[in-house]
Amino acid sequence: MSAELKTGAAAEAVGRAPDREAGGRRPAAWFSRAVLRNGPLGGLAALVVVMAALSKDFLNGQNLLNVGVQASVTAILAFGVTFVIVSAGIDLSVGSVAGLAATVVAWAATGQGLPVWIAVLLGLAVGAGSGLLSGALVAYGKLPAFIATLAMLSVGRGLALVISGGSPIPFPASVSRLGDTLGGWLPVPVLVMIGMGLVAALILARTYAGRAMFAIGGNEEAARLSGIHVKRRKLVIYALSGLFAAVAGIVLAARLTSAQPQAATGYELDAIAAVVIGGASLSGGSGKASGTLIGALILAVLRNGLNLLSVSAFWQQVATGLVIALAVLLDTLRRRSTR
Amino acid sequence: MTGVNDDVPDGIPDSAPADVPGRAPDDVPDGRELLRVEGVTKSFPGVRALDGVDLSLRRGEVHVLLGENGAGKSTLIKMLSGAHRPDQGRILAAGPDVPAAGPDVPATGPDVPATGPDVPATGPDRPEAGPTTKSTPRLGAKPTTRPGTRPGGDLREVHIRSAQDAERLGIATIYQEFTLVPGLTVAENLFLGRQPRTRLGLIDKKTMRARAAELLRRVRLDVSPDTPVAELGIARLQMVEIAKALSLDARVLIMDEPTAVLTSEEVSTLFGIVRELRDAGVGILFITHHLEEIGALGDRVTVLRDGRSVAQVPASTGEDELIRLMVGRDIAEQYPRQRPDRPGPPLLRVRGLTRHGRGTGPVFQDVDFEVRAGEVVGLAGLVGAGRTEVARAVFGVDPYDAGTVEIDGERLARGDVRAAMRAGLGLVPEDRKGQGLVLDASLQDNLTLARLTRDTRGGLVDRGAQRRRAATVAEQLKVRMSGLAQSARTLSGGNQQKIVIGKWLLADTRLLILDEPTRGIDVGAKVEIYQLINELTASGRAVLMISSDLPEVLGMSDRVLVMSQGRLAGELTAEEATQDAVMELALHTAHGTDRGTAHGTDRGAGRRNHTDKSAMEGSDVR
Repeated sequence: MSAELKTGAAAEAVGRAPDREAGGRRPAAWFSRAVLRNGPLGGLAALVVVMAALSKDFLNGQNLLNVGVQASVTAILAFGVTFVIVSAGIDLSVGSVAGLAATVVAWAATGQGLPVWIAVLLGLAVGAGSGLLSGALVAYGKLPAFIATLAMLSVGRGLALVISGGSPIPFPASVSRLGDTLGGWLPVPVLVMIGMGLVAALILARTYAGRAMFAIGGNEEAARLSGIHVKRRKLVIYALSGLFAAVAGIVLAARLTSAQPQAATGYELDAIAAVVIGGASLSGGSGKASGTLIGALILAVLRNGLNLLSVSAFWQQVATGLVIALAVLLDTLRRRSTR
Repeated sequence: MTGVNDDVPDGIPDSAPADVPGRAPDDVPDGRELLRVEGVTKSFPGVRALDGVDLSLRRGEVHVLLGENGAGKSTLIKMLSGAHRPDQGRILAAGPDVPAAGPDVPATGPDVPATGPDVPATGPDRPEAGPTTKSTPRLGAKPTTRPGTRPGGDLREVHIRSAQDAERLGIATIYQEFTLVPGLTVAENLFLGRQPRTRLGLIDKKTMRARAAELLRRVRLDVSPDTPVAELGIARLQMVEIAKALSLDARVLIMDEPTAVLTSEEVSTLFGIVRELRDAGVGILFITHHLEEIGALGDRVTVLRDGRSVAQVPASTGEDELIRLMVGRDIAEQYPRQRPDRPGPPLLRVRGLTRHGRGTGPVFQDVDFEVRAGEVVGLAGLVGAGRTEVARAVFGVDPYDAGTVEIDGERLARGDVRAAMRAGLGLVPEDRKGQGLVLDASLQDNLTLARLTRDTRGGLVDRGAQRRRAATVAEQLKVRMSGLAQSARTLSGGNQQKIVIGKWLLADTRLLILDEPTRGIDVGAKVEIYQLINELTASGRAVLMISSDLPEVLGMSDRVLVMSQGRLAGELTAEEATQDAVMELALHTAHGTDRGTAHGTDRGAGRRNHTDKSAMEGSDVR
């Protein structure tokens, strides 16, 4: 699938070059056609072309790195959510869990004076533990995933506020380097995003855990009758989502150099949007880490581009919503035409 | 296929209709045609479900649709209710402007003399001889016809695209799976979507209840309109469905095996209602596998075989004749079973397996049997006899309350699919698409799903090995596919089933449980699956085959176990197993206790003891 998409996109790019002028006359039609044929990657390419045409500052190296940094937290959260969505679940708690994990790291290191590595491990454990709890509610408590993770959303945010007393805690300096750059230009969050993306891709494509996610999401009963321990698998899936959320929270806090209890509020919706724009189906059984990355980049490019064009923040929200709807609509059409 | 005699003659020619002795259909009511199907065909990927079907339904008749599983009955009724559309051919129906016959119209009974050329012959010339033109003088001559009802001639071609279209044409269908909303009351279900309103636009509960009560009286159902549907048993659900069809003023009522789940008493109530409806002028298309019901209730019978309507005969036709028309081919050739010289050592041994049900009785009780290496053991019985439930319990999908399951003499953990798989069990479930396959996943992923654990080293799945194994087994099973990356959804039913079986071959299964392995599969693919079963058993593996297709059970099994109402009613060797013998056992306790033999009384006593015991256990818990 990935190979198909990539070669398809490459062939399209080559074949398209001569009649760029023809397409240029009607950018809207060209845009939708590109998306329709190539899926998320085509959409991203089209969006980049449109933004580059509208703003001179967009295609500048520094700006593109900024886009990467802006995409990083959403992308890392979204990688975790991809696991859940592939298995036909949903995780609304990742934003809260990210905030909680960052708060725990800061509290342990700055407040309690624990060694930084222990504080980080504690933060990651809290993230994974929160996911485990959601997973247990879903698998053993038979709660709908929507409800279980909605509860965790509230609990996580509440605990972050309780631990921090409602005010930001300074982040330990050594961890804050995660928000810096390497060699003065390469942002570490982008590296973390790429690393987590590779891990997510490996999990999805090559591990038992990943293949079981696809089976459970495609047909839970068939998976169960083929000897997959669906309940145990769900624990792992939600725990992974929580773990990725914790990493995202730490990266976010590192960029801000402080853990804010209200950080990452509402990010779960961006993460879900990124996964869905990336071609995953909310009914489960399909989804890819590369798609999710592209989904996160589409959201970041859109925000960055609209900022450069000085579009008001209010209109940006409208535009983001439209792009989400359009992306999924086109993806649905594309799938229907190829089936 | 009930009560079927075993002396089915071999090699019935396809021109069967012509062979039917020229019976005057004197027991066919002489009503106006309500519905006609002409030369309808319908293909699904890989299967030709219908291949030129003709059918005619008149007012005031019970028309039985008869055929083996997979003969095309369901496809035909789905077409009439708007779920499928024909590829070719026409469906004609009486116009919706024609009023439904009310109870004030005298019954058009068999007393009307059938005279001369007006009576349609039950020959192959029937479709050509337009019944429309013939029916005109006949109906006109009848004094009982209500004035204002235009006689004949108003049959016109219709396109039934949706359930709403069918409803407008006065066609109501009662499926085997009910379409009631469990959380709503009987009255709310009866008027779902068309509740009577008050002047303010609110739902007029009083009127709704009164009208519901009236409908319930008509079907002689003694429940309050306010009863939640979830509290009703299956027989009463059936009656509510019929009441709903009545409330729609249906002129055509299609009933898909309505008696499959009913006791003999409930069946006679149902028959009473059906007769009343018939006398009121409703045309009823009745699907049943119970041949004895045809003579008791039906007027005419249309026999479907392999998607073709092979004959239309009066309901008084003998059972042997009906079977001949229905099966129409040599069973021996279709079921290429090579029986082993002698079976190997016992592989699976089930002892006293019992699962208590919620309320009405045990799901299954005291089930004892064994399956030996190299054997095909058939598990026959009516739908709902507990066969699937036993299979699922043995495979560890569902728990059981008492008894043991042993493989090679070692006791198997209860409710543990993984343990059952390790011991060498595999289950090909009845619901292929819902439980057997991950439809949108690739064939490779589907084939290797049951051995995913074994293909994993240090958390990583060996995709290369998976691909090689999947390719090998797909070739061995001759799966017709474009490649292993193809999604399972796009395969035909037969090839999908091969994928599910292939999954278990790759998991090194020694005892394969097949639940309705050939349901909805065309004849060619069926034979391939039978050959596969032969290969499996020849290599020392064993097969436990659940099937409602009686010829298949008889043709393929080395031994036949028959279940009835959750119990093992008996075991038959291949020589003893005839359709009669199997049905005798299957109906053992299902339709009343009047057939009670010494054996049956024994089991009845056993059941009482068990009920007492479980009641006692229940009180202990409390």
